[in-house]
Amino acid sequence: MPVLTDTNLEELKQKALKLRRDIVSMIYEAGSGHPGGSLSVLDILVLLYYKVMKVDADSYLDHDRDRLVLSKGHACPALYAVLADKGFFPAGELGRLRKINSMLQGHPDMCKTPGVEMSSGSLGQGLSVANGMALAARLENSLRRIFVILGDGEIQEGQVWEAAMTSVHYRLDNLVAFLDFNGLQIDGWIRDVMSPEPLLEKWRSFGWHTLEVDGHDYRSLAEGVNRAFAHKGAPTMILARTVKGKGVSFMENKAGWHGKAPGKDEYEQALSELASAKGGGVSHGKDSY
Amino acid sequence: MEKIATREAYGKALVELGQKMEKIVVLDADLSQSTKTVLFAEKFPMRFFNMGVSEADMMGTAAGLAASGFIPFASTFGVFATGRVYDQIRNSIAYTRLNVKIAASHTGITVGEDGASHQALEDIALMRVLPNMTIIVPADGGQTFQAVEAAVAHDGPVYLRLGRLAVPRVIPEGTPFELGKAQLLRQGSDLLIVAAGLMTGQALEAAEMLEKEGIQASVANLHTIKPLDGEFLIRMAKDTGAVVTAEEHSILGGLGGAVAEFLAENFPLPVVRVGIQDTFGESGTPRALLQKYGLTPESLVLAGKKALKLKNSPK
Repeated sequence: MPVLTDTNLEELKQKALKLRRDIVSMIYEAGSGHPGGSLSVLDILVLLYYKVMKVDADSYLDHDRDRLVLSKGHACPALYAVLADKGFFPAGELGRLRKINSMLQGHPDMCKTPGVEMSSGSLGQGLSVANGMALAARLENSLRRIFVILGDGEIQEGQVWEAAMTSVHYRLDNLVAFLDFNGLQIDGWIRDVMSPEPLLEKWRSFGWHTLEVDGHDYRSLAEGVNRAFAHKGAPTMILARTVKGKGVSFMENKAGWHGKAPGKDEYEQALSELASAKGGGVSHGKDSY
Repeated sequence: MEKIATREAYGKALVELGQKMEKIVVLDADLSQSTKTVLFAEKFPMRFFNMGVSEADMMGTAAGLAASGFIPFASTFGVFATGRVYDQIRNSIAYTRLNVKIAASHTGITVGEDGASHQALEDIALMRVLPNMTIIVPADGGQTFQAVEAAVAHDGPVYLRLGRLAVPRVIPEGTPFELGKAQLLRQGSDLLIVAAGLMTGQALEAAEMLEKEGIQASVANLHTIKPLDGEFLIRMAKDTGAVVTAEEHSILGGLGGAVAEFLAENFPLPVVRVGIQDTFGESGTPRALLQKYGLTPESLVLAGKKALKLKNSPK
């Protein structure tokens, strides 16, 4: 169970600033990619990989490691930044994102990238896969945990709701799901494109244990994880309120930054904002949507 | 002769292999009575997962089990096991090379009375264009058992195509089964009939009929559609000079498509395809449907004569 001291908190904030710089840099170098969702999901990944999950570069093929499925695969620059920082592969690979012969594909490829547990990119499939991993852990009486991160636009896919039934039917309390709820999808605000509301009620009515946290506040996220671990008999959905483009002022809450690389001036401005010790950004999770 | 449906043999094989290998798990989408995975479910309830009527979720769950070291068999009818979940198979199973065995029952026109919505006539074509996929179409109960064993032994995704109709043994008992290797069941120098599934029996009957007219046909069972046994095809093409393909599937993209594509590039010669002629099926008894859609020994005889005429016509 993660307990965060003030020192931990400061370390995580500094780590996140560095990783956000990596995200912006790799997408700038690649000339394409998805900065908005990568920046919104990053703090969830930081908490999981640095404070929660039992997995590291030296033992990432251990059968009993915890596993994470990034169902919203387009946010992979965030996952790649974390995995490189943790030593799963050399940091130099980040500059080869989306380039020919690279281990870092535009969307995650488990066959190419050490530490990526599941290929994704075609939305809506990750929760089913995570269910399978959770069933496997149970069959083996293993205490390993399965984490899955879904996008808020992604849950418009019907398969997500098939899987939502399965997680509950098989009482997969070794599974923790996060919803990166930044409120935006490619064509605009999700409430305008295809509203998922009432959102938490939907998951609850399917039988999920649900929580709501600030997806950029590590104490809030850690509290959510602790409460998920403590809940037995049903899976937990943690709705993390986030800001699309978090940390880069001109990207925040802008659907236009879903899948676009910054130009040179934008890139330099983003890096300078992310260099400040403040933690970057102007919006909080609760301000969005 | 005793008949057994390949789906029935599949169910029994799962039980036998499940006894030996505890990594085998089985998923079904509310059709376990029909796909015969019920036999496994009764014996190993903890390793059987009924997913309800949600095939897409079933394929993803199977992928997650495979990613964790299990050997999942995911079963439903052929139409729901392929077209309905094409993207799940493509992205979560084939692209990832995960060790998922998709065992589809009720394929082909002999599904019968349920009609076109339930008759998978294009499933091989859909699976064949996916990289990393292996496709096995067993001809009878005995071969189905061997195919399930081979699927377990193979590390990677497999599409196993099974039928509803009880069929007689056509592959002689004791015939070895090697994944990706065609079996020559009858030797004749005038033409080669390449068949899979229940059309193997029809091909053997057609060869008898052709012999009465003085035409000597070889008959091969191509149980593995992918990877294709190219070496065998070239050798037999050289020996016979004309090929007929026979399958309970569209002539587009299945066994006939695969053989024609391969031979056009490597040893061009006449190839005549017998199968469903780019149309949907309909309700009817299996026998009436085989007749109406031309999946009979008589059709194969006509196709054989056409191939011979093409072979002997001046270039």
